[in-house]
Amino acid sequence: MTDIPLTNAYQNWYRFSRNPTAMIGLVIVVVCVLAAILAPYITPFPDHVGAVTNFRARHLPPSAVNWFGTDNVGRDIFTRVIFGLRISLLLAVVVLGIAIPVGTILGMAAGYFGGWTEIVIMRVTDIALAIPPLVMALAVAAVLSPDLLHSMLAIASLWWTWHTRMIYSITRQLRTQEFIEAAETLGASKFHILFREILPNCVSAIAVKTSLDCGFVILVGAALSFLGLGIQPPTPDLGTMVAQGASFLPDYWWESVLPGCAILFLALGFNLLGDGLRDLFDVEDVR
Amino acid sequence: MEFLSFLVKRVLWSVLVLVGLSMVIFVIARVVPGDPARMALGPRATPEQVAQLQTELGLDRPIVAQYGLFIEGLTRGDLGKSLLTERPVNDDIRETFGATFELVLCTMVLAMGFGVPLGMIAAYWKDQWPDTAVRFFAIFAAVTPSFFLALLLQILAGYVLHLLPTTGRLPNSMDFKASWTGLLLIDSVIAGRLDVLGEALRHLLLPSIALAAATMGQMARLTRASMIDVSRQDYIEAARAFGIPEWLRVTKYMLRPSFVPPLTIMGLEFASLIGGAFVVEMVFAWPGMAAYGIRTILQKDLNAVMGVVMVSGVFFVLVNLAIDVLVGFVDPRVRIRGRR
Repeated sequence: MTDIPLTNAYQNWYRFSRNPTAMIGLVIVVVCVLAAILAPYITPFPDHVGAVTNFRARHLPPSAVNWFGTDNVGRDIFTRVIFGLRISLLLAVVVLGIAIPVGTILGMAAGYFGGWTEIVIMRVTDIALAIPPLVMALAVAAVLSPDLLHSMLAIASLWWTWHTRMIYSITRQLRTQEFIEAAETLGASKFHILFREILPNCVSAIAVKTSLDCGFVILVGAALSFLGLGIQPPTPDLGTMVAQGASFLPDYWWESVLPGCAILFLALGFNLLGDGLRDLFDVEDVR
Repeated sequence: MEFLSFLVKRVLWSVLVLVGLSMVIFVIARVVPGDPARMALGPRATPEQVAQLQTELGLDRPIVAQYGLFIEGLTRGDLGKSLLTERPVNDDIRETFGATFELVLCTMVLAMGFGVPLGMIAAYWKDQWPDTAVRFFAIFAAVTPSFFLALLLQILAGYVLHLLPTTGRLPNSMDFKASWTGLLLIDSVIAGRLDVLGEALRHLLLPSIALAAATMGQMARLTRASMIDVSRQDYIEAARAFGIPEWLRVTKYMLRPSFVPPLTIMGLEFASLIGGAFVVEMVFAWPGMAAYGIRTILQKDLNAVMGVVMVSGVFFVLVNLAIDVLVGFVDPRVRIRGRR
């Protein structure tokens, strides 16, 4: 793995902007994030977020007024999709906000200290890897109650494993390098070595992984809410919208197909962005 | 001899992982909810009823003893009684596991069978149009939610084109029970019912495509990357210098070592495949273990939920064990040095 110093921002940006798919990914992500933040100001019917009903306008096909059509109680689907992005992005931010620091610290500790620390951390990681995140979230939903917070915690409680594995293997490669030895010889503290010597060398890998992960967390979250275990109605959620629209297939196809496309679009953006970053930083082993 | 000690080590790790998994499940199902008996019976049950169920489930004993009981049950293959179906959880799982296993097996065959050749094609014609096409496909396969793909396939192949059945494993009119292995594909052949085999395949196709797409894309991507890696090795150059035919060089000398990374990842990806099965089974009304799991989760049937999660975990660990052995077989370096 060859690391490009992040200080040379202009050069990196130049290389990144020459990569058309990466730029498409970046544009998608930026547009989605802005749309989610500005949702109340840019959507045509912001009040349709709640439990509004307008039975005269139900099941309307996409038109100039209702871009994505209306659902079975007459709410504007476009408005609800834009608000639904908020939930998806919130899920990704919370899950990764927990998983990345935990995974990074555990991975660095296991890779650097070795011995028992390594054995314990990596075995626990193996155990956690044996549970599919979606299944874990389902089990937690069964025990507690199905809602967004519980789902987020359940997914986060397993998601750190991938980061631990990645950081562990990077740290193992770094441990024997001269600059670490030099720091040790100079009497640097463990804290200094982990956070000042090793961590900066993991940053590019973490950036790539984070971007790819955002897409996957969003997909898992959408699957959960599709099964009825995510955030509860009437708050708009993309997975829930697909599930509700599915009972009106194929006649009122827009009610589930268009929210489904929105999930795909969002996940696509993060994936293309992640791929672009991977090419930029040249970290091939990050998936 | 080396292979044997590698094998023993791997099996021991697997057992350790399973013990850990049982603890996690026990904590989730028995410790977190506070009072599982009250939860199962609902708020309207009398204290006597709750107390009775508590004794029945062994909840009145200390936590460690309860865990002991749980483990003892597991080793006997006894997962307790389902509160939803009022039958032993094992029976429920045994009946439904076959359907899930068949689906997952078919999915893996599809994912490998198409993913690896696609990756080879992309690597061989690197940076030309086949490569672009495969990469495009791989990205879209990875980012399409499996439930969404399942719905799209249902609309397209079922409602619009009327090509394939969209629900269940067999038509209702067909009376056939997979009683030997639980796998319709095998049992129908044993019973000599080729009509059942045909119908089973037709029913299997859409769900397994929906489930396989993401893994297929991932396989194609990984095979491409490792093929390109291997093609830069000196011995491939040497093979070319010796005049070994092109097709032999690609399929034998390059494919075999290139096969290792996708195979290992396939094992880890298997967890998300099981997760995906929950969604796909719901959409296609597939009578499998995952669909059973969802039903029991909604009913807060903890014994059944624990059983389903445990069996999923065991399934995952066994598949990974099998893959590690296979990798050790394909790549001698692994069994000497160890994978991790």
